[in-house]
Amino acid sequence: MVENRPFTTFLSHLVVIVGVLIIAFPVWMTFVASTHDQQTMLRSPVPLLPGPYLFDNYTQVLLQGFGRGFGGAPIWVTLMNSLVMALGVALGKIAISIISAFAIVYFRFPFRMAFFWAIFVTLMLPVEVRIVPTYGVVANLGMLNSYSGLIIPLIASATATFLFRQFFLSVPDELTEAARVDGASPMRFFWDILLPMSRTTIAALFVIQFIYGWNQYLWPLLITTKESFYTVVMAVSRQANVVDATPSWNLLMAMAMLAMVPPVLVVVFMQRQFVRGLVETEK
Amino acid sequence: MEKRVTFNERWLPYLLVAPQIVITLVFFFWPSGQAIWQSVLIEDAFGGNTKFVWFDNFVHLFSDAAYYTSARITLVFSTLVATVGLAVSLLLAVMADRVIRGAGLYKTFLVWPYAVAPAVAGVLWGFLFNPSVGIVAWLLSGVGIEFNYVINGNQALLLVVIAAVWNQVSYNFLFFLAGLQSIPKSLIEAAAIDGAGPGRRFWDIMFPLLSPTGFFLLVINILYAFFGTFGVVDALTKGGPGQATNILVYKVYSDGFRGQDLGGSSAQSVILMIVVIALTVVQFRFIERRVHY
Repeated sequence: MVENRPFTTFLSHLVVIVGVLIIAFPVWMTFVASTHDQQTMLRSPVPLLPGPYLFDNYTQVLLQGFGRGFGGAPIWVTLMNSLVMALGVALGKIAISIISAFAIVYFRFPFRMAFFWAIFVTLMLPVEVRIVPTYGVVANLGMLNSYSGLIIPLIASATATFLFRQFFLSVPDELTEAARVDGASPMRFFWDILLPMSRTTIAALFVIQFIYGWNQYLWPLLITTKESFYTVVMAVSRQANVVDATPSWNLLMAMAMLAMVPPVLVVVFMQRQFVRGLVETEK
Repeated sequence: MEKRVTFNERWLPYLLVAPQIVITLVFFFWPSGQAIWQSVLIEDAFGGNTKFVWFDNFVHLFSDAAYYTSARITLVFSTLVATVGLAVSLLLAVMADRVIRGAGLYKTFLVWPYAVAPAVAGVLWGFLFNPSVGIVAWLLSGVGIEFNYVINGNQALLLVVIAAVWNQVSYNFLFFLAGLQSIPKSLIEAAAIDGAGPGRRFWDIMFPLLSPTGFFLLVINILYAFFGTFGVVDALTKGGPGQATNILVYKVYSDGFRGQDLGGSSAQSVILMIVVIALTVVQFRFIERRVHY
């Protein structure tokens, strides 16, 4: 603090607290809605404080989904799908990026720079832009309605490759020399020296990519037509589209809470890695 | 920058880059090439015959009033998302930077919306503003404002902007806060000794020093508004009512998958690719400059 101005300090706190409350408000209302029964949620105005049906609502959506002929898989199935997809995308991206960065930094071979640029240009086009032909390719390969179709097309990653490349370039050459003098093969050097040193970078990337994978929407929407492959974000959005016809706001909001909680917990509990990953992947 | 010490292996490096390169070729270069190729073809509705038509799809697109409408909506939408998002998060970051006690806690309370999927964010805000049960819609009708985003186009656009900004605030906030915290305290103290008040110090010292961060975030937010908001739009309005929230990236999807107009959709894809590439180049040029800054 540069100077003591109690009033401006108070004002600063006030502004931030109001901001936090406004930002948290939609989630509070979602939580409240998920703890009431259907009738209460149809009366306007809706209640502002939690009700007694928390357990009932959550067990119903988890085990039965919306039920009563309105379709939708039980939410635990979609949560598992989202988990598989998020872990697959995060670990897949890290795995293929770290080895390609290793090749590009630690070896000299023909077409090295061509490979580097081929990876680089993928930075430029988000999947939303080339969605129709990418769908066509995945359909031709017979990967619709499968975990490989959900995961593999999303794991090519220029950002992760760059991040590892930057990190490897900062690793002292003496380590490589020492390893070579001791007769270590390149892969031995990779496993025993480089990989352990990359731990913090891997953790930061993991948090970012886990959230990216969990929150994917357009991609699973296109390539899954079977309910057993729906992700939780898709399930929420699908039910939201029919909620006026089947007014179970309480169940929909319980589903929305379940879709939000895992990635939010990851961010809150791995906040340091999250901030690091966010700042570094965007450079 | 290159490594001085490297390994000598003939086949190993190819093996190591192979997974990344194969996936990039199959799921990136092939579809992108197809998008460009399809953008100069016309395919009949049953996928039977295709005809090479040069730039007819583009000519058709640029004489289509709906495309201009969509482009104009995208412009309004991204301007609003970027300016409102940056202003709100800058305000929060400056205030959070000023307080000493509780700053860490405030940060935790402000970062989590980033983790909420855009589609889920759309559902949340749709619930608050739902014409029959939404609490905010009810409050607004209490003060005489009929808010019904299902039938009112401008209100639908406003709601999509609110949900999109909400989703992006934490990202902007973190970068602004990091930028503010990297400003040397001695500069601020010197200004304070010279008698500059908090407002003066903000506008004359912090704001100019934050401008690189601000510019970077501006590009990121435009990219976000262009491409990252698909889920918000799809969950809230599906591009409607009418065309009111049909932003360009949503139109690519709805023309391609619902309208089955592959040529037109691919032509739109190609135009969007050019937009992204241009924005990315701007961003990279800027980052190069920031290194020397």
